[in-house]
Parts: sequence; C-alpha cells; structure tokens
Amino acid sequence: MSVVAQTPKPYSRDWLLSDRPTSRHQARLGRAYIIWRRFSENRLALLGLGIILALLFVAAFADVLAPYNPVQGDLMNARLLPPGSAGYWLGTDDQGRDILSRLIHGSRLTLMVIVLVAVIAAPIGLIVGTVSGYAGGWIDAILMRITDIFLAFPKLVLALALVAALGPGIENAILAIAVTSWPPYARIARAETLTFRNSEFISAVKLMGASPFRIVLRHVMPLCLSSLIVRVTLDMAGIILTAAGLGFLGLGAQPPLPEWGAMIASGRRFILDQWWVAAMPGFAILIVSLGFNLLGDGLRDALDPKEAGQ
Amino acid sequence: MTLTDTTAATRRKRSRSSSTGKAVLRFLVTVVTTFLGLLAVTFFIGRVIPIDPALAIVGDRAPAHVVERVREQLGLNLPLYQQFYFYVRDALTGNFGTSVLTTNPVMDDIRRVFPATMELATVGTVFGALFGIPLGVLAAVKRGSIADQIVRVVGLIGYSVPIFWLGLLSLVLFYAKLRWVAYPGRLDIVYEYTFTPITGFFLFDSLIQGQWDVFWDAFRHIILPGALLGYFSLAYISRMTRSFMLNELQQEYIVAARAKGLSETRIIWFHALRNAGVPLITVIALSYAGLLEGSVLTETIFSWPGLGLYITNSLQNADMNAVLGGTIIVGSVFIAINLLSDLLYRTLDPRTRSR
Repeated sequence: MSVVAQTPKPYSRDWLLSDRPTSRHQARLGRAYIIWRRFSENRLALLGLGIILALLFVAAFADVLAPYNPVQGDLMNARLLPPGSAGYWLGTDDQGRDILSRLIHGSRLTLMVIVLVAVIAAPIGLIVGTVSGYAGGWIDAILMRITDIFLAFPKLVLALALVAALGPGIENAILAIAVTSWPPYARIARAETLTFRNSEFISAVKLMGASPFRIVLRHVMPLCLSSLIVRVTLDMAGIILTAAGLGFLGLGAQPPLPEWGAMIASGRRFILDQWWVAAMPGFAILIVSLGFNLLGDGLRDALDPKEAGQ
Repeated sequence: MTLTDTTAATRRKRSRSSSTGKAVLRFLVTVVTTFLGLLAVTFFIGRVIPIDPALAIVGDRAPAHVVERVREQLGLNLPLYQQFYFYVRDALTGNFGTSVLTTNPVMDDIRRVFPATMELATVGTVFGALFGIPLGVLAAVKRGSIADQIVRVVGLIGYSVPIFWLGLLSLVLFYAKLRWVAYPGRLDIVYEYTFTPITGFFLFDSLIQGQWDVFWDAFRHIILPGALLGYFSLAYISRMTRSFMLNELQQEYIVAARAKGLSETRIIWFHALRNAGVPLITVIALSYAGLLEGSVLTETIFSWPGLGLYITNSLQNADMNAVLGGTIIVGSVFIAINLLSDLLYRTLDPRTRSR
C-alpha cells in the first residue's frame, strides 16, 4: 500500500521507454528513442547516416578543408598529376586544379541540388496528395489524373527536354528535376490521407468547427510527413544521379563550377591516359548516393517495421 | 418470388456486363488523357517556355519580315488552343516537324534509330532477368545470410552508381586495356557497309541471314552496354524477386508442399517462383521501360546510334523538334509498356479479375 511507484529519472532509458508518459514531451522523446533503437540496430543504415553527416560536414567547412582553390589551378607545375602526388592526394585535372579541392567544393552544389529539389517537390506532392485524398470526388479525379500523367513520363527524358527549353544551368536543372519528382510524393500523401480520412479524430476536429483548410494543414499533413520523409530520402540518390547526368551532358552546372557530373564529362577526353580525372568524381557520386540509399532503407525499416526485410 | 429472382439475375448480369464496359471505358480514358497530357507537356515545353520559337529557328539577326513569315508558317499567331489542336493533329499523324540537324523529318530519323535502342534495352532486360531472378530467389531463401547481404549490396550499388561513369570506366578496362570487347558503336566499319539490316535488330538480322561473323561482331559491340544496362535492371529485379519470394515462402501451401515431402528445390523453383512470377512480369516490363530511358546516357558513352544518342545530339545543337519528337516517342512507349504490364497482370492473376 505504501509502496510509491518509482518514477524513473528523467531522460533515463526507463523514462524514455515508459508506457505511461506523463507529458507530451516524454511521449515524443520516447517514440523517437524507440525509432532510433530500431534504426541503429542496422549497421548499414548507420553507415549511410555517417556518409550523409560527413557530406554535411564537408560542405559546411569546404573553405577550411579544401587545400587549394577549386576554380583556379596551377597550370605551370600541376597539370594532370596522378593521385598520390605530393600535395595532391587525388591528382589534378587538365587545368592544374586539385581534384580533392574541387570535390570538396562540389559537395556544396550536390547538397544544394538535393535540398532545393526536396524543398520544391515535397511540398507540391504533399499539398496535391492531401487535398486530393481529403476532398475526394472530382477534385481527386482531376489531381490524380495529372499526377498519373507526370508519373507516366520518363523522368530523365522530361528533365532533358525541360532544360533544353529553359537553357542549361544549375537552377534550371534543379527546376526540371523538381518538376519530374513530385508525383510519387502526391501518391504517397494521398494514400496516407485515405487511411485516416474517415477516422474519429478527423470527425472530432470537424465537429469543433475546423475548416477543411485547417484540417488538411494541421491534422492531415503532419501525419503524412514520416512516410514522405522516407520516400524523399530514398529518392535523394536518384536526384543526385539525375543531376549528375544533366551535368555530364553539359546541361547542369556550367564550368568552372566543380559539379561532379560535369567534372566526369571534362575528364572524359583523357580517360585513357589520365583515368583519375573522370574516375574520382564518380566515386564521390557513388558514395553519396549509396549513403542516401542506405539511410533511406534504414529509415523505412525503423519507421515501418511491417515492411522490414521486404 | 420467381419474378424478383429473375429480375435480380438479369440485373446482376447487366451490371456485370456494364462493369466490363466501364472498365474498358476507364482504360480508354486513361490512355487518351495520359497521351494528351504527354502532348500538352511537350507542347508547353516547345511552344510556351521559349520566348519566341520563331526566333529560335531563324536566329536573332534575321530581318523582321522573315521572322514574321516563319511565325505564320508555324502558326504562332493563332491562339494557343488552336495551336495545340494542330499540334495534336500533327503528332497523331506522326508529324513532328523537320530536324534542323539532319534535315530529315523527325519521324524518319526516329524510325531509323529506334531499333538500336530497343535491341540494347532488350539485351539489358534479358541480362537483368537472367541474373536478377536467381539472385533474388537465393537472397529470399537464404534470408539474413552472407549471400543475402551480398545480393543486397550489389543491388544497392546498382541503384547508386552513375551509369555514364561506370560505362566510361568499363570501356577503359574491357576495351582499352583488356581488348575483350569492341570499340563504341554497333558494328565494325568493315561490316557497316556490307551488312544490310532487315529489322534493324542486328543480332537477329545477322542470324537469319546466316552471317556468323557479323553476328559475332554485333555481339562484341552490344555486350558491354547491354551488360551495363542489365546491371541496373538486375538491381531492381533481384530486389523485387526477393520481396515477392519472401511473401510466397510464408504461405501455407509451402508448408503443405513440404509436408507432402516434395524436395526443397521443387518447392522453391516450381511452386513459390511460379506464384511470384505474375507480379515479376510487371516488374520486368517496368524495368524494360526504365532501360529505354536509361539508354539515353549509356548511348552517349558507347556511341550507340539509338534514340538516346539522337536526343542528346539534338540537344547539343538546339534542335528542339528532334528533342521533343524523341521525348514524345519515349514517353508513348513508356505509357504503352505501363498499360500493357497492367493488362498483363490482370489477365495472368485471376485474383485481380473483377467478379
């Protein structure tokens, strides 16, 4: 009778895993902790997370980390040096520029492309999907028809045609990729919306007099976020590859910007003798997109254990 | 009583036939709207985004009356909806304008280059299915083992590697250093003028003409780009096969088959894979469509004279008619394959048939 329930120390393991959280704060942290536990069991996912954190770090401190100027090289002494040369770990390109420094600065461009595409495409998909799913009827029919049309397009070819019309450049490449990547997000958001559209909490909010606008914005959208984040993370690799492909064709970032795809294109001319000029940026692309794929896989498994291992 | 029964029966029958009709109608609406959407998007790209398509053709130093004449020829002085109407009419008759680069009608060019792309995509898909399905089955059967991990990593790398880069490096290795494969292109120059293609699929053409040396040469040219594209479809096919097989292996009929004492090989390859095969056909069809798209970058690396190379060459020369014509064709094939795989799925899997 006199035994007082032992309240676990705040932020301890027991506090986080408590099945009777005393505050919203505790419940949220507890959920996050469980997801993190599930996520961190997966070594490959942790590796992916590590790669992405490294990318963020490199991009943030590019100026400090890069040993040389990425745009201006040493034409006199450092043309086409092989990897391992003194001072130039990954070698130099035809203009005597340090490839490592260019890769380090190029990480900023890669990050910019990913972030901007996600910031443009994900909200479009979220809005189209939630409105379509919540409204139903002819609004749903029309919006989904449009989504299906864009989904039926081959992404790269559409992006190519768009950039051809808009003119080459990294901003137009970003726009073209964003235009081609929102439809899957809309489909996911709609599917999620449909699962709880008729549930009681929505009816309750409706009874309290919330407008459809408020319901979609405050109650439907937040619930679609987690699956959307997983999908966006999984798509990042594809976005990087498309951007690199556009850069390789000369339609993305223009020289002398150290964009990785464009760097491969410029190294193509002397690939037989100086393979490293084209090879190194490719490794950078491979590692970063692998990182996003591993991270996305891990997130999906952690957030949705039902799908795990499938 | 009997009367209501018969009316109910007829009503049921009528509703069934009307539901088939409805399904056909819905299918047609899907086809038509998707195709119109495709045209609307390319119309938008070609006619609305450029500030003045006429200027793009004659150049900005042309005298005003020339620009005006070209504008009239193109119908640019008409309202947009009329322009779109003519655009759709032209596209339906296969008229995509003339290529500035080759001076041929775009449709003729596409007809000439398309078989090369299809041949490449076909070889890639065959490669992907041939290796991807067994790997996926292996990964599912030995779930969690080293083999499963290896298949997973091989697939993940396939998803993550830039195809043009891998193509360049493999050319350096297998062509320049090892001399295992032939140089970029479809045929050696020796055969370029002596060999007359019939269908445009060189492997097939040389076989039916009994020209073994040409066949061998074509094979040496297609093997590297084909295998490369195949790797990408392998990544996709093996992952999906694994997931379908895992699903099948949990079913009760597998337990029943084991209880009957069937060998594990038989259960896996005849019972489980057979049932996983229906969705797999969809996956293979989709990966085929994906390869048609993936060939754009591969073809530029391997100088493969297909649709991808045609589109990128036209891009470099600001030849918008050719770019948009190519886009419409790739898009149409894409749509057609998507719809076909959908239909195939419905015909092959009795569970999806409406009752």
